[in-house]
Amino acid sequence: MNIFKKLLFVFSVLFLSSYAVPTYAKGNLTLYCSVEIEVCEILIQGFTKETGIDVAMTRKSSGETYAQIKAEASNPKGDVWFGGTGDPHLTAASEKLTEVYKSKHLKDLLPAAQNQAKFSDYRSVGIYVGALGYGYNTNLLKQKGLPVPKSWADLTNPVYKGEIQIANPNSSGTSYTTLATIIQILGEDKGWDYMKALHKNINQYTKSGSAPIKAAASGETTIGIVFQHDAVKQKKLGLPIAVVSPTEGTGYEVGSMSIIKGARNMKEAKIFADWAISPAAQTLVFNSGQSLQVPANTKAKGDPDAPVLSEIKLINYDFEKYGNKDTRAKLLGKWDNEVSNLPK
Amino acid sequence: MRKLVVGWILIGSLGFFILPWYMINDGFLSFSWLLEYELEDHASGIIFGLTEKKWLLPLIGPLIFPLILFFFKSSRRTYANIFLISGLIGFFYFFFQGYAIGVRGWNYSIFESLFGEIDRQFGIGIGAVFTISTFIFYITHGLSSRGWLNGDNFIVGTIWLIIILVSLFVFMPILSMLDRAFINSEGVHNLVSFSDKFINKGLWGLDCLVTNVGCGVVWNTLIMGALTALSSTFLGLGFALLVARTNFKFKRLFKVLSVLPIITPPFVIGLAIIILFGRSGAVSTFLEWGFDVERSRWIYGLSGIWFAQTLAFTPITFLVLIGVIESVSPSMEEASQTLRAGKWQVFKTVTFPLIRPGIANAFLLGFIESLADFGNPLVLGGDFDVLSTEIFFAVVGAQYDESRAAVLAIILLSMVLLAFYVQNQWLGKRSYVSITGKGDSGLYAELPQSVKNFIYFVVVPWGLLTLVIYVMIMFGGFVEMWGVNHSFTLKHYINAFSVSFDEKIGLHWTGTAWNSFSTTFWVAILSAPPTAAIGILTAYLLARHNFIGKRAFEFGTMLSFAIPGTIIGVSYIFAFNTPPIEITGTGIILIISFVFRNMPVGVRAGIASMNQLDPHLDEASATLNANSYQTFKNIILPLLKPAIVASLVFSFVRAMTAISAVIFLVSARYDLATSYILGRLESNDYGLAIVYASALIVVMLITIVIIQLLVGRRKLGRRDQYFSLMQGNTG
Repeated sequence: MNIFKKLLFVFSVLFLSSYAVPTYAKGNLTLYCSVEIEVCEILIQGFTKETGIDVAMTRKSSGETYAQIKAEASNPKGDVWFGGTGDPHLTAASEKLTEVYKSKHLKDLLPAAQNQAKFSDYRSVGIYVGALGYGYNTNLLKQKGLPVPKSWADLTNPVYKGEIQIANPNSSGTSYTTLATIIQILGEDKGWDYMKALHKNINQYTKSGSAPIKAAASGETTIGIVFQHDAVKQKKLGLPIAVVSPTEGTGYEVGSMSIIKGARNMKEAKIFADWAISPAAQTLVFNSGQSLQVPANTKAKGDPDAPVLSEIKLINYDFEKYGNKDTRAKLLGKWDNEVSNLPK
Repeated sequence: MRKLVVGWILIGSLGFFILPWYMINDGFLSFSWLLEYELEDHASGIIFGLTEKKWLLPLIGPLIFPLILFFFKSSRRTYANIFLISGLIGFFYFFFQGYAIGVRGWNYSIFESLFGEIDRQFGIGIGAVFTISTFIFYITHGLSSRGWLNGDNFIVGTIWLIIILVSLFVFMPILSMLDRAFINSEGVHNLVSFSDKFINKGLWGLDCLVTNVGCGVVWNTLIMGALTALSSTFLGLGFALLVARTNFKFKRLFKVLSVLPIITPPFVIGLAIIILFGRSGAVSTFLEWGFDVERSRWIYGLSGIWFAQTLAFTPITFLVLIGVIESVSPSMEEASQTLRAGKWQVFKTVTFPLIRPGIANAFLLGFIESLADFGNPLVLGGDFDVLSTEIFFAVVGAQYDESRAAVLAIILLSMVLLAFYVQNQWLGKRSYVSITGKGDSGLYAELPQSVKNFIYFVVVPWGLLTLVIYVMIMFGGFVEMWGVNHSFTLKHYINAFSVSFDEKIGLHWTGTAWNSFSTTFWVAILSAPPTAAIGILTAYLLARHNFIGKRAFEFGTMLSFAIPGTIIGVSYIFAFNTPPIEITGTGIILIISFVFRNMPVGVRAGIASMNQLDPHLDEASATLNANSYQTFKNIILPLLKPAIVASLVFSFVRAMTAISAVIFLVSARYDLATSYILGRLESNDYGLAIVYASALIVVMLITIVIIQLLVGRRKLGRRDQYFSLMQGNTG
């Protein structure tokens, strides 16, 4: 059985060598990360450097993460959920899937971020603010001789047929925020008419919220409806993208963070929750050039290229109503049955 | 014999009295509990049994009862019965308590009303596994002592072990999935909720016939399967004729190309298609520049999936068809020619009818592969939904509807099993053997000109396209950003696989891909030996022994072969997310899913080689007084080298490239390469995805070579065996 001895030998050497390098971690943390992967990585590297706590991270969109946390409720596997629009965090809070925690940094945060904490009974907290909008590929627009879009209303113009991409609101918080924004601007009836008209121009509903602007940057679509900071990021990379802040006004997200109820590493989770909204961590993440949202902590320094909130016409977004589970289920159900199955 | 029994009693006692009974947080095999022992988390079964979890205590009875045999003399029959009964009682009580008591106490209210409230329990750990193994040994030892299968301990033990493993990890998940299909959103079993989800316009709608709204998902899936099967069979036939019947110069190259899909990670072909034919792809740009063809998004949807799947599955149909074409006897064609048939007449009336069953087989195989495919529809699907991706979105999407996923999975499973059944029926009833052993030499008839033209004008360019696509993949990793900036860069490689040296920490794996890469590598390495072992053992039982229920046994071990990966993934979540077997989120579930998914490959390879070994060898060994274990170890195993290599290599490669099953099973700590690549693709980061995929291809090639060197000569040259392995490559 010579071959098996050889095999066994190789296996044991390989196996032992993988244990030969000891890691001196001061605890573990399992992070569900719903922002861009580069940002997730800056975040966990900074945190591990600061605290010595080892972080295992999964990057998933906020909708997917919410579904996962709900599925694991009887037996949680994750500790902290970082990032993604505030709505699913509020839904999770209303279902008591997340843990109450008041950080010492709470008082330093932007009002919108503090509101997120209040609405969720302190089961969640704002970590950044970003305004909705869209971006277009300037080269493609010129090539096709299309008019420059300026408002939400422009997007339903039939000349853009097959040129616009947006995420599926079922899987993306970005897209759900768009749906809620439109309904708040135009009212229920006109809002749904708008979504139906927009549907005719959509070439694909993507899974991830920021995919449309990346597709626009690489030329696979002309217009992508996303958060403005995602569009600015593509522009900053030198890609032919122009950012539009719709003239009717626009909704915004309060990117949020929650500690998962019954977390296996509760102590580390709280250390992380404090650290993530501290001025130092917020500056690290939001001045890295990777993340162009406005940091929630007013003492932190954001990116110089980030969209300036005071220059954007923001609507008075009703987070309490549109973050509610029932409203959400109602809107998504209606979208599924009355919009997404229409002919294009 | 006595040593064996004492050994197993010791193992069982170790499991019940010393090792942690429940799963520990750090992982199943972690030894951290030795360093920081906490009674609350790491206690053994007996300690829990004496304190708050009293229901564990009765297990001690059947566990130590056989010890009385050391103190009293007993007849052979009593001896056997004591083991059998202790084993059965222990086994059933173990699973009864495991399923009856969960994380919230009693799982069924009827027990609560009978016995009152009770403490909760978690998933089983290493101690429980040792204990249950001992019970299984008691059962098999009892049976063999009663004279089962000539009292052969080894054979009885192996049969039962495989039956139990296959029931636990193949049948149980499927059954719990069926069960889940009937549960409504409130968690109550309900036939109405099943029929609501089953009879649904989204599934069966036929709107596409009259309007331009898409059809139901089921029809989409069927259309996709049929189109892909048709085109890949057609092209596969062309390639097979090219290689077998023409003097084309570069035909060896096409044989090499046929191996590529096996080591290609999923998404890669889809990705290359986007890069070439996407709206900003190289080809689209060229067409617009040269011929004013407007750029479009035609690749997102059915046309793109069809294109990608045809590229991916043509090599598979090729492998089926070339075997058939080469086995057609030239003497028949010569006979036809002597009767003055023209080239076209020979082809139409002799050659083609002889390969027709092969064509049907290839078609069904292409159909099944297409239905099970997950990567291409996900990347290129656009708004064209098919069952495999719908199942995925039903579980990971925000609507999170397990029972819908289960219903969809049942539909997909029925379709695939039906196709397999048809394939089996077809192959079983028709004979297309034309190798008779009689005078068989002769020259193949020349192909008619029209067929030759088809081959040169359609098949050769298609082969070149496949080649171009693979070149693009390797090349694509070195440019800044596809479609936008084509300057040379190494940044994707640095981003993914950089290593830095830090004085404090030492070697530091800073690249973003290392984490998932090493997990993938380890899971693939660790899953290969058990896959080969179980596969070869099963093959040995099937080829060399007769026992009651052998047919059912064979069916059971082959079943996981036919099940699409998405269904395996979903059913594993349903079955293993709650105690007693609670392994979701661990690395073990990945290994187990690979082992039982790839096991049939080992079985097939094993049976194929075993049939070439003369049974007289076994008899000679038995005459020399060797028992079956010794015969297996000393005679059979060394002769099975090729089969062992084959199953090691294929289980390794398939574990590296699988996506459909594991996409549901990966977790923060155990992320796999394929799911990482998927994440990169989702955010349009093609550079990193390509770099990662090409690294995987290289690692697979190197590992295959190393396994070959270690185990020795490998005989994969035989086409039939090769093909039987190929068939399993459903991603």
